[in-house]
Amino acid sequence: MITAFGRFIAMLAGDPLADRSVPPTGYTARLTLFTSGAMAFLAVFALALSLATGRLADRWSAELARTSTLRISAPADQLDAQQAAAIKLLETTPGVASARALSAEEQQELLEPWFGPDIPIASLPIPRLIEIIEEGDGYDPTGLRARLQAEVPGAILDDHTRWREPLIDAAGRLRLLAVTAILLIAAAMGAMITLAAQAALSANAQVIRVMRLVGARDLYIAGAFVRRFTIRAFAGAAAGSIVGMLAVLLLPSTEVAGGFLTGLGFQGAGWFAPLCIPVLAAVVAFFATRAAALRTLRTQS
Amino acid sequence: MIELDRVAYSYGGGELFSDVSLNLAPGSFQFLTGPSGAGKTTLLKLCYGELRATSGHVRLFGQNAREMGRDEVALARRKIGVVHQDCQFLDHLPVAENIALPLTVAGRAQEAGDYLEDLLRWVGLAHQAGQLPPELSGGERQRAALARAVIISPDVIIADEPTGNIDWEMSQRLLRLLIELNKMGKAVLIATHDMNLIRAAKTQVQSRVLRLNNRRLQAAGVDL
Repeated sequence: MITAFGRFIAMLAGDPLADRSVPPTGYTARLTLFTSGAMAFLAVFALALSLATGRLADRWSAELARTSTLRISAPADQLDAQQAAAIKLLETTPGVASARALSAEEQQELLEPWFGPDIPIASLPIPRLIEIIEEGDGYDPTGLRARLQAEVPGAILDDHTRWREPLIDAAGRLRLLAVTAILLIAAAMGAMITLAAQAALSANAQVIRVMRLVGARDLYIAGAFVRRFTIRAFAGAAAGSIVGMLAVLLLPSTEVAGGFLTGLGFQGAGWFAPLCIPVLAAVVAFFATRAAALRTLRTQS
Repeated sequence: MIELDRVAYSYGGGELFSDVSLNLAPGSFQFLTGPSGAGKTTLLKLCYGELRATSGHVRLFGQNAREMGRDEVALARRKIGVVHQDCQFLDHLPVAENIALPLTVAGRAQEAGDYLEDLLRWVGLAHQAGQLPPELSGGERQRAALARAVIISPDVIIADEPTGNIDWEMSQRLLRLLIELNKMGKAVLIATHDMNLIRAAKTQVQSRVLRLNNRRLQAAGVDL
């Protein structure tokens, strides 16, 4: 690994005189700059999506994981007794920080979106709800269910697993998509740079012939091309990343638009993450050009 | 230093030459003649490892060319100065940088310095150092190619029709440069059609003339 890194640095440092051996090629230079710039711009958004979905998954997980709900459905004359028994039981359960029965007003607020504000909640057989807040490592749901079944027969424990898991799963998939997009962008950039490098090598067949005639080794010749393409890819990607970061910065704020997309951006140290993109572009260009150059030089020998 | 032992080379299904043996020993001065298409340039390319023999053995500085990797061939070429008929320069680089190219690719560019200036004067190109190769005349290009061939102090100098595009006076000047190098112990092999050049050389240096004809290489006299 250290040797490979050393070779990478040595080849990048290279020999300025060797670089002069290869004539400047405007077409491939512009193609590489544009491709890496455009790909870096897209990569900034994919990275922002990846980080945003990561934050979203963490938030959903944290918010839903620390609470659960106990629903008590029982005949009206038993509701108060079962509620009291349930709260007493929960207060003695390890891992439960607090247990609180929702008031009639709070339950009305929960039902309002579906039944409207005039719902006669007192006259309806609505179950009682108890909000449970966890502490430490949380409670043992299996043990709690067994105790509730014995002491509060009308209680049903909802630990939010069936809500939490699909949401976290969705956020995870979004993150996977974003990472896949970044990898595809890197692969597409590698492919484009390979084509550009091959075009440059073909256009410079005579240069390669002369270099060989005077005793240049393949790595020396390849190095001149590799350095040029690596530096171009880095410069293009740096420009694309800056433009991408500005575009992310200018996205509407949460207060204005609300919703998930407004969370698409960088926060805190996350703003440093796009700085990796030009480096990644340079690494991709280095290996793509090196492979293309050595392959071409092998076929030309 | 460079030995060809019963070498054959086939191209496009036909045999260009066979049973060719040649030895470029230190201090030797040899001419290679023959009709166009006989394979003189091909034979030279075998000598500096650009082509591989179909059969027989080519040894470059003791190594079997067939077993040499590309890097080994590249290192061997640093001991061989080649002057092509068409010179082959990097047209975007000034003459001085072209001449220094063998040192540059060998990582010895810092050695050029004063030596490069002396060399430019020696080949009469001191005032053309900053020009680009396309701006040079035929003779100047040939002299620049010779300077490039010798800047790394090679053991062998191979020249392919070095006087093909230049006048007699310039040919004589080039020949004197090659003879001077030969007197320093360099092996010289020149492929040429120019019988006058060969005759002129014979009066100045002990040389051998080889003729490649009808797929065979034979020792020949100047009259051939």
